[in-house]
Amino acid sequence: METVAVIDYGMGNLHSVAKALEHSAPANTRIVVTPDPDVVRHADRVLLPGVGAIRDCMAEVKRLGVDELVKEVVQHRPLMGICVGMQLLLEHSEENDGVDCIGLLPGKVKFFGKELQDSNGERLKVPHMGWSQVHQHPHQLWQDIPQDSRFYFVHSYHVHSDEQLVAGECEYGVGFHAALARDNIFTTQFHPEKSATVGLQLLANFLRWKP
Amino acid sequence: MGLAKRIIPCLDVDQGRVVKGVQFVDIRDAGDPVEVARRYNDQGADEITFLDITASHEDRDTMVHTVERMASEVFIPLTVGGGIRKVEDIRTMLNAGADKVSINTAAIFNPEIVRESAERFGSQCIVVAIDAKKVSQPGELDRWEIFTHGGRKPTGLDAIEWAIKMDQLGAGEILLTSMDQDGVKNGYDIGVTRAISEAVGIPVIASGGAGNLDHLVEGIKEGKADAVLAASIFHFGEYSIQEAKQYMADRGIEMRI
Repeated sequence: METVAVIDYGMGNLHSVAKALEHSAPANTRIVVTPDPDVVRHADRVLLPGVGAIRDCMAEVKRLGVDELVKEVVQHRPLMGICVGMQLLLEHSEENDGVDCIGLLPGKVKFFGKELQDSNGERLKVPHMGWSQVHQHPHQLWQDIPQDSRFYFVHSYHVHSDEQLVAGECEYGVGFHAALARDNIFTTQFHPEKSATVGLQLLANFLRWKP
Repeated sequence: MGLAKRIIPCLDVDQGRVVKGVQFVDIRDAGDPVEVARRYNDQGADEITFLDITASHEDRDTMVHTVERMASEVFIPLTVGGGIRKVEDIRTMLNAGADKVSINTAAIFNPEIVRESAERFGSQCIVVAIDAKKVSQPGELDRWEIFTHGGRKPTGLDAIEWAIKMDQLGAGEILLTSMDQDGVKNGYDIGVTRAISEAVGIPVIASGGAGNLDHLVEGIKEGKADAVLAASIFHFGEYSIQEAKQYMADRGIEMRI
């Protein structure tokens, strides 16, 4: 029996991600959505989700000690961060006039800007909402997912980290890092739980990942 | 490597059942919104929209259960609209598993609900639905007004100015239904779709009037919409989502195939 903890720090609905994990998980896996640090500490794998404004997310993360908990967990357990759950792991975000984040991974979270254009000079809407191709860098979690598959994104801020951590790249007016990986950590800006077959495959790969 | 344009099938749901007769020959229960959504997912739909047309408030719980089931079984984004009056209604639907909630009349009576809910839940989940009808006479400068009650009641609000205001208040997306065209199947109202899409910085979904695949192409190419929503052309099996996507891709539109 394996336990997967989805960290509930009070921001947004975790139903979808929990259900997608259940759908992708082997039969002997238990998915728990929990704010309890002890449950998270004893889980075999941990997922850090997140939606909404980063200032509010980070405030709850600090209040509940999720920042320290996450740093502890990644020493010996696989951790996946999704969307704002990815952004939180970086050092700093421009959102809400600037917010310091957990700082587990190097890099910054930047605004797309109001004057975003594609390579043909067409204006691009913000948020970046919909299905974009992700160019994969070699990593076990991409197994059985075709190169350049499309995943579902919804975000107005994007991540820039160190080149050697990049597991997936995307472009929307500017190039940005759609997935980062280091040791036990794998994070995505897109929502695998909303990305149909390829997203479920990524979650299934995470659930059997042995870093 | 750009962003794909989206196709969004829309289901009218009354007390947990699909209305407007979805006709799939090989589907177990064409009245079950989740079953139909799963079918559209298999065909490659990019998102699903449920429009709750349940008249009485007491039956709304049925919709919550439908949304919960959908979120447990179909893993693409879901927007829920219809009957959303208060911030609390938005929270209920998001907690049930909706990714976005569409606000229509409530935003007209109280625009602050858009600001409040965007701040509380994030702009990404707040869709403002606009029902627009052309009010200018032939020969006059084009003008569209917002209507309520299925296009019967004018509000005096200019559709383009309203869309800009909704963007400023924090809406994450505009669902634009052109009332003149809805159900007539003569195509989207390209004029208002393009005017609004160019006036706002957030994505615009064209809705109302799609009767064939060329209409979907026009909505994107001429109307500059980011997504097209359609009901009957998919429900009655005239076209599958796959066929629609291929048709659009063949005409140079970037799609998720």
